[in-house]
Amino acid sequence: MATNAELIKVTDLCKYYKDGSLKALNGVSSTIDKGDVVVIIGPSGSGKSTFLRCLNLLEQPTSGSVVFNGIDITKKTYVNSEGKTVKLNIDEHRRSMGMVFQHFNLFPHMTVLDNMTLAPIKVKKMNKAEAEKKAKALLKRVGLEDRADAYPIQLSGGQKQRVAIVRALMMEPQVMLFDEPTSALDPEMVGEVLQVMAELANTGMTMVIVTHEMGFAREVGKRIIFMDGGKIVEEGTPQQIFGNPQSPRLKDFLKKVL
Amino acid sequence: MLSSAGFAKTWQYIQLFKEGLICTLSLSALTVVFGFILALIIALVRLSKVKPFDWLATAYVEVFRATPMLVQLFIVYYVIFANATLPTFKLFGFIRFERFLPGVVALSMNSGAYLSEIIRAGIQSIDVGQTEASRSLGLTGVQTMKNIILPQAIKNILPAIANEFVTIIKESSICYTIGVQEIMYAVNATKGATYRIAEPLIIATLVYFCLTFPTSKIIAFFERRMSRGDKR
Ligand SMILES: Nc1ncnc2c1ncn2[C@@H]1O[C@H](COP(=O)(O)OP(=O)(O)OP(=O)(O)O)[C@@H](O)[C@H]1O
Ligand SMILES: [Mg+2]
Repeated sequence: MATNAELIKVTDLCKYYKDGSLKALNGVSSTIDKGDVVVIIGPSGSGKSTFLRCLNLLEQPTSGSVVFNGIDITKKTYVNSEGKTVKLNIDEHRRSMGMVFQHFNLFPHMTVLDNMTLAPIKVKKMNKAEAEKKAKALLKRVGLEDRADAYPIQLSGGQKQRVAIVRALMMEPQVMLFDEPTSALDPEMVGEVLQVMAELANTGMTMVIVTHEMGFAREVGKRIIFMDGGKIVEEGTPQQIFGNPQSPRLKDFLKKVL
Repeated sequence: MLSSAGFAKTWQYIQLFKEGLICTLSLSALTVVFGFILALIIALVRLSKVKPFDWLATAYVEVFRATPMLVQLFIVYYVIFANATLPTFKLFGFIRFERFLPGVVALSMNSGAYLSEIIRAGIQSIDVGQTEASRSLGLTGVQTMKNIILPQAIKNILPAIANEFVTIIKESSICYTIGVQEIMYAVNATKGATYRIAEPLIIATLVYFCLTFPTSKIIAFFERRMSRGDKR
């Protein structure tokens, strides 16, 4: 049932490696609505990252579709509102999907401020002063207003990840994708990043989060997806998934991680 | 053999060596610039993996690396520029342009082949996460290369490029064979005039050494400092 709140609709997504002998994704379907906070959990190698990376086409799916704002972005062309077939520009769609990586991937040769303003200036043609003003306001929101001129190497892991999050927010994305944002952090820094993410969820941002932080998943997640072997095995509210798991594989997984 | 009288005779032609020094430096500097531009193009074409161009660029690199510099220089001067009528003015009032230009072209083509491998490795050494972060922000492939990958890659390979400059200073001596008035040309001219060979060669050795040795040391110094900066 399609609602007008539907943002991303994934249908029968497959991603094969090694000429098909490795099925990282083996027929995944799901819908992400506006304002959804979807947390993806599952054992290592179950295809969580691959799924996330297929959403913004960092990985080209082998088959299946990813419909974003009504347009299948896995295809080379699409039919526009006037009924004409036009070339699909993936960069345009990626702008509306922020992504945060496990290893931050800040640009080491640029200051925090330049990291944040690069894409708005180059892609959105925002003027520099406006971009910097916006960046500083966002830095303030995550408690890093005094680090604007620092280089990434001068920041702690938690600070780097907070910068990576606000860097993505600079583009005012419609959805934020997180791939294990706290897995590379020292334990004492995990909290500060999760807090920023929780606040972001409270603002109504649509989020898809791959994480091993089960406490966070339970508290902040509106919907949990459990993946195993390249498939969605079980899907539901945190209460359902953590309180009343159905499949043996999920039960087994939860026993190991909780 | 060496004699003070020989040095005295040679010294009368010191002007030729001064000109040779200017010529060698101009030749090497231009070669680094054009070689670098060529190398960048070759590296990007090879990395683009666009079939026929990728193949051509690879062939170019392999041919230039597998054949002697002297053969390349002669082909450029005696074959490629054979029927070209170049303007015959003199750079700095003495460097014959119609010989200098083919020299620069041959050296640049050779240097470009070697440098392209260095640049390619430099680009490949940048973490793919950088590209992914950039593309996820909506930057195009070209914008990503220009703003994210190349600045980091070039910084990493700057010492290698500087070392290439030192190599070219030495290799440019081969251009005397086509009459470019660099340092070895001065040696030959002095020999012709004085019938002395040892003393002009000693002077040439000293000039080359004074050019390349300090340059290498300065590069090594900055290389050490830069790697220290990366570690903290
Ligand atoms: N580029 C690639 N080439 C080949 N195989 C790959 C590639 N990327 C992922 N895979 C394989 O696809 C499968 C799913 O990988 P994926 O990274 O999506 O798992 P994951 O659920 O994110 O695991 P983790 O929790 O360890 O991050 C794994 O078997 C992995 O080895
Ligand atoms: Mg993963």
